[in-house]
Amino acid sequence: MSTISDVDHPQDGPGELVLRLRGISKNFGAVSALADVDLDVHAGEVVALVGDNGAGKSTLVKILAGVHQPTSGTIAFDGQHVVLSDPATALGLGIATVFQDLALCENLDVVANIFLGRELDPIRLDEVSMEIRAWTLLNELSARIPSVREPVAALSGGQRQTVAIARSLLTEPKLILLDEPTAALGVAQTAEVLDLIERVRARGLGVIVISHNMEDVRAVADRIVVLRLGRNNGEFGPDVSNQDLVTAITGADENSVSRRASRRGAQPSREVLI
Amino acid sequence: MTDDTQPVSTTPLLDRRDERVAHADTISGMIGAFVDRVRSGDLGSLPVVVGLLVICTAFQSLNPVFLAPDNLVNLLFDCSTVGVISLGIVCILMVGEIDLSVGSVSGFSSALVGVLWVNQDWPVAVAIVTALVLGASIGALYAFLFNRLGMPSFVSTLSGLLAWLGLQLYLLGSSGSINLPYGSPLVNFGQTLVMPPIVSYALAALAGVVVFATGYRMAVRRRAAGLSANSLGRLLLKGALVIIVLEFIVYYLNLARGVPWMFGLFVGLCVVMNYALKRTKWGRSMSAVGGNREAARRAGINVRRIYASAFVLCSTLAAAGGILAAARLASSSQQAGTGDVNLNAIAAAVIGGTSLFGGRGSAYSALLGIIVIQSIASGLTLLDLSSSLRYMITGAVLAVAVIVDSLARRSRVSHGRA
Repeated sequence: MSTISDVDHPQDGPGELVLRLRGISKNFGAVSALADVDLDVHAGEVVALVGDNGAGKSTLVKILAGVHQPTSGTIAFDGQHVVLSDPATALGLGIATVFQDLALCENLDVVANIFLGRELDPIRLDEVSMEIRAWTLLNELSARIPSVREPVAALSGGQRQTVAIARSLLTEPKLILLDEPTAALGVAQTAEVLDLIERVRARGLGVIVISHNMEDVRAVADRIVVLRLGRNNGEFGPDVSNQDLVTAITGADENSVSRRASRRGAQPSREVLI
Repeated sequence: MTDDTQPVSTTPLLDRRDERVAHADTISGMIGAFVDRVRSGDLGSLPVVVGLLVICTAFQSLNPVFLAPDNLVNLLFDCSTVGVISLGIVCILMVGEIDLSVGSVSGFSSALVGVLWVNQDWPVAVAIVTALVLGASIGALYAFLFNRLGMPSFVSTLSGLLAWLGLQLYLLGSSGSINLPYGSPLVNFGQTLVMPPIVSYALAALAGVVVFATGYRMAVRRRAAGLSANSLGRLLLKGALVIIVLEFIVYYLNLARGVPWMFGLFVGLCVVMNYALKRTKWGRSMSAVGGNREAARRAGINVRRIYASAFVLCSTLAAAGGILAAARLASSSQQAGTGDVNLNAIAAAVIGGTSLFGGRGSAYSALLGIIVIQSIASGLTLLDLSSSLRYMITGAVLAVAVIVDSLARRSRVSHGRA
């Protein structure tokens, strides 16, 4: 293990500690999905969670969303020790999750989707107030949604992601979890979503992004936390090389990325693939 | 630049800042938007209007009695019974499920009213309430089977279809039918009671005034909030159109007996249901569950309760339709609710524009659809065609309606309007 450069990156930029996980473990029967995982997230900080399939990323997010409960370990949110017993508790504390499949109703319009389950005035829907709030949220995200009265089916993938994120912001969370926000998006739409993540950060929220895409991760993350086989396997700054990341993720320094890098000779510039 | 919620005259309206979106603000723009919508598969009530025009021209040319006021009044009496059942079908289709037993439930409730009221001498009101409560319990049973035991509604209601039909036959016993007393309020309601002309004219005017008033209040609020709003002229035009069309219909019906109270009840139920579906959290949840059940669940909607409300409403309205049918025929018979009642109720909802695939629909689709179905039935009856032909033609119409629904859905998906 040559290059796990444990850059502990206590940047000056981010604000106070929002989330602090210590020694989180999760066992499913005999299988240990997470073992002794630590994670810190500050306000105004984007933390990328990367790892191979089965590394425990999704399990960790589900624990934070209140879907699963950890077998052991402590969660401190906003300085308080908390138990996330169910999704409603997590949401109530201010942890919002945008799942990969977005969970939007395609037959409903943007306003209805943003306010789904939280409509104003249940027996006489206050469409005007809801529409204003929707526009305000979307404008704050500089979202490019043509009309909030079109069904979501008419929107592109990036726009749907925007709606899903705007919806999670409705509850004024302090921490937002994005599960694969750029999966299945085109180049332009991916750029749009990355912009969006930066704007969420600018609002002072802590952001956890799960992604498989190293380019996206390095473009937007302040810190990159690598999980491997359910354990912390290094923490990097955004300027980490592709090779180092892949090594940390796969656990092998002998792979196609490192081979090509070595074929190129020991060039000092950390030129990236693509 | 983004947080100036204060509407200043120079800044564009909150919802009109994106110049990439075409907004239909003029009359020609509205027509263009309508054409675009139809081409992309968002048909709305267009199939009904086209269908009605075809039906009216065809039958009128074959038999001039068809459009006579007398026949239309009869048609409205007949509409109301299956129409109420169809309103329940709209509910269940909204959540993407189906109830195939509405005919049997209506027949069962008509038999029950006959037995309790005529044979057992219960007060008619108590008999009616009992039938409605039992109808609701049937819906609750379906909801239990669906939510707790995971039984597909298709199967549970199909077995219900047989079971309630059996119960209906058992209740009626060997005699096979019970005559309801002529001259009783229930039978009068189903056969003769019409609104006094003045009342019908007033209600027609009221409808237009309400359309204008709600639109106007909404426009004022939206403008105050910095959102685009309908102009006063357009609202006035809309209200006036509603009044003119309704007053003409009422005038025409008043040339004969007038507007049946039973039809008034049906329209009233449609209006209430439309409000509940469009303007309440419950209605929004119904569409959400029909559109994407998992998304609705994650949004915190109690999906099981929404399904239960749909099943219960559907069966209750089916029971109500059965009672109205008994009143219309002045009898509770073994034939009540059998034959084409089931299919007519479902066909009416689908023809009116409620999707079989869930998540799209409107209470008014029951009203429009049943008028189409009943017009066909009435026209064929006037031509003295046998019920064999009637069944075949109604079946074909239902098939066409579902084909239109499927094609429109496919087109909506490809145009991004699912």
